[in-house]
Amino acid sequence: MGGSGTVVMFEEEQQQIQAICDRLQRDSNSIAILVINKDGQEIARAGNTEHLDVTSLSSLFAGNVAATGGIAKLLAEKEFSGQFHEGEKTNIHLSLVAQRAILVVLFDTRSSLGLVRLRVKKASEELAKVFEALVKKMSAGNVSPVLGEISDDDIDNLFND
Amino acid sequence: MSFINYSSREINCKIVYYGPGLCGKTTNLQYIYSKTNPEAKGKMISLATETERTLFFDFLPLSLGEIRGFKTRFHLYTVPGQVFYDASRKLILKGVDGVCFVADSQVERMEANIESLDNLRVNLQDQGYNLDKIPYVVQYNKRDLPNSAPLDELKKVLNPTNVPEYEAVATTGVGVFDTLKAVAKLVLTELKRGG
Repeated sequence: MGGSGTVVMFEEEQQQIQAICDRLQRDSNSIAILVINKDGQEIARAGNTEHLDVTSLSSLFAGNVAATGGIAKLLAEKEFSGQFHEGEKTNIHLSLVAQRAILVVLFDTRSSLGLVRLRVKKASEELAKVFEALVKKMSAGNVSPVLGEISDDDIDNLFND
Repeated sequence: MSFINYSSREINCKIVYYGPGLCGKTTNLQYIYSKTNPEAKGKMISLATETERTLFFDFLPLSLGEIRGFKTRFHLYTVPGQVFYDASRKLILKGVDGVCFVADSQVERMEANIESLDNLRVNLQDQGYNLDKIPYVVQYNKRDLPNSAPLDELKKVLNPTNVPEYEAVATTGVGVFDTLKAVAKLVLTELKRGG
């Protein structure tokens, strides 16, 4: 990780993740795809997301996964890697990717749980490779040059009324 | 755990408001939400019981401006303060970048403050954090109440390490933004130091 526990996303990996999301959305006939980090921050999205409050959803999905992870621990399970929520109009498939990200698929009657699961499996493997490469990049060295450039004045100016 | 996205040019940080039940954590966030410009905030999410006690967390996303061309976004969370929600508090603390401990100034809540502060320290430790080493501020809330303890007594018990501390009346907003700015500044300073 860059800095003290900082996670960094680079242009190259962002584009790779975006491409995987776009492909997954098409191949699964889903409404939308979200990739979120476990702390509830959006990493990527694809499909029809204009009507979605992605910031709030990201936080809630992360809370959901965290709570489910807590339940798993109490039941001596490693994790509940997949979740499915059935709605009247929209269904949700949640899965953990590489222990560090959450892949969310929103779908309706134009798709099916079976198809989503099938496509998610492949996309998860592709995403895991990207995150692995990202972790290697972050462990390699100084990967957050912007942090070093921030001055005390920059921080003070942010809080001046 | 801060998240820097070079592609979208964003710096994202997480601040958690901690403290005993009914100390004013949610009230802090509600005040911040009510006074922040619409462009600078997202929706406030509150997962609460029917009696409006926080059940899981409150969440408020804020944009504080730009630093070096990067948008700085802070995700504010509160934990449920009631003692039996400890499992949930542990989850909400994951990935925290800065903590604000909200103390209830009422004399009869001193024990609850101490218990909550100990709980914070232990729960952070369980995740590999040291309260003495992370961005951390203390807020003494409810200073307007007639039964509020003397400030120096609260300081002695709840802030022995002398981190930045602020008096507050969260219901009217006194001290709320001072506290937020202080912890946000500490988070960014720590981020810069680690860069």
